[in-house]
Amino acid sequence: MSQVTNKMPDARSEVMELNLGPHHPSTHGVFRAVVELDGEIVVNVVPYLGYLHRGFEKTCENKQYHQVIPLTERCDYMGASSNSLVYAMCVEKLLDVEVPERAQVIRVIMAELSRIFSHLFWAGTHGHDIGAMTPLFYMLREREEIMNLFELTSGGRLMPNYIRIGGVGQDLEEGFVEKLKQFCDHFDQRVDEYETLLTKNAIYMDRTVGVGVLSLDDAIAMGVSGPMLRASGLKADVRKTAPYCGYENYDFDIPVQYGCDIYSRYLVRIQEMRESNRILKQTLAKLTDGPIRAKAPGKIFPDQQDIYTKMEALIHHFMLVIKGVCVPAGEYYECIESPRGELGCYIVSDGTPNPFRLKWRAPAFVNLQSLQTMSRGCLFADLIAILSSVDIVLAEVDR
Amino acid sequence: MNPDVVKEKLASRFGSDLIQVENYRGQVIVSVPGQKIIQICKYLRDEPDLRFDYLSFVAALDRMPGSPRFELVYQLYSTKFNNRLRLKAFAIENEAGDASMDSVFSVWPTADWHERETAEMFGITFNNHPDPRKLLLPEEWNVHPLRKDFPLAGSDQDTPDLPK
Repeated sequence: MSQVTNKMPDARSEVMELNLGPHHPSTHGVFRAVVELDGEIVVNVVPYLGYLHRGFEKTCENKQYHQVIPLTERCDYMGASSNSLVYAMCVEKLLDVEVPERAQVIRVIMAELSRIFSHLFWAGTHGHDIGAMTPLFYMLREREEIMNLFELTSGGRLMPNYIRIGGVGQDLEEGFVEKLKQFCDHFDQRVDEYETLLTKNAIYMDRTVGVGVLSLDDAIAMGVSGPMLRASGLKADVRKTAPYCGYENYDFDIPVQYGCDIYSRYLVRIQEMRESNRILKQTLAKLTDGPIRAKAPGKIFPDQQDIYTKMEALIHHFMLVIKGVCVPAGEYYECIESPRGELGCYIVSDGTPNPFRLKWRAPAFVNLQSLQTMSRGCLFADLIAILSSVDIVLAEVDR
Repeated sequence: MNPDVVKEKLASRFGSDLIQVENYRGQVIVSVPGQKIIQICKYLRDEPDLRFDYLSFVAALDRMPGSPRFELVYQLYSTKFNNRLRLKAFAIENEAGDASMDSVFSVWPTADWHERETAEMFGITFNNHPDPRKLLLPEEWNVHPLRKDFPLAGSDQDTPDLPK
């Protein structure tokens, strides 16, 4: 495929530089790459980042701990709840606070819904990038259902802002559980529907099987994580290797593929949606009554009802809003499995109400680094497919 | 992971007075001298009982007004043993106050972008880095926003929009 023959004798032989982006539909945000081409063959790709850089880490250093939560969700807006979850978990470790059982289950519900949410949109736009228009409309149908669930319980459709340090913002809205159950019941069948569109599609397979190969050794060396790493044949998932939020009590499998190509990444993500639905079905049985936020006066916000009736709760609430919470000096790195991979939050505290340093380990940022390795020697049209298979969210890449 | 094992192994190889091992909330933090970072990283990656083959991130801390000022943080993971370890080392400062550190790109290629980001945000030079351009910030902007003395409202001398 990569052989160019019948060159004209006076053909020019230098590589052509082509600018891709920053505004291009296939970059899913503002991403620019300078592509060096030999005919249609990609010789090299040089990415230029930073068009969406908002100084997230600097801003966090100047906010109180409870104020950082909405900022985190604006990093990866496709799997928004994963972001606030990892941040809240990291601060809870530093504060030494235990989260009650019901809140843990609700957190799993939100995290798994946002995983399905993210994978759905990925599958739709990925198909679109390759030239399949139809999948997107199917994916948006179920994505809308999840957005309605988010809206019902938290008011936000894309970014729920629902998880708080010590638990969640408020209890689940009436009717949420029934709606979630309806969604779980028909979702498996919907995934079957999606698979009829792409999985055995000859055109799709021609475009993706054996394209964008990333070997396991390369993947580990490049720090790749999440579905991309599992598509390269390593069964690595933080939910299994270091369970959090009670994931050890759920019965689910980690899908692995060994093709190392775009098609394998597609299969892993489709299978992950089924596994997430499996977890969601189990959460419904585990959802027992109980408090939704830890009781830790002076650290965690008290219940709204207590603020109206108890003097101490009112004082604590006031102090938390005005002064913030003084987290004990120390440092902690918390990581979870976000839809894109190992999402990490590293906080260094010096005992003041603001984080001394907050480092965001964004999986899309690290995964994107492997673009060069994957696309050298492939066709230019394949570069678009490969970029799409990384599943980048530029807001997270640039932070 | 047992922090004593790491401590013993590193101390026997590099000298016990240079290595400090701390266990905070169940996480192992190892402080090492910046001069030996490459040897120590290679050792941690290749030692058969440790095999820290995965680098999660590289970050820096601005310990202003402390001296040395910049501390580098390497978060490691072993895909074989499922262990995590955090490596910390102070960057080396010359008389002019410029901080530098050897790049760990040769040990973990994923350090490439992490180090480029750290370099532009803190003004730390990474020696032997294969591609020391800026990553997120404009090339002509000569400030280091994540330093503690950089004003939150932005620098009043330089603006990122206008090339000088």
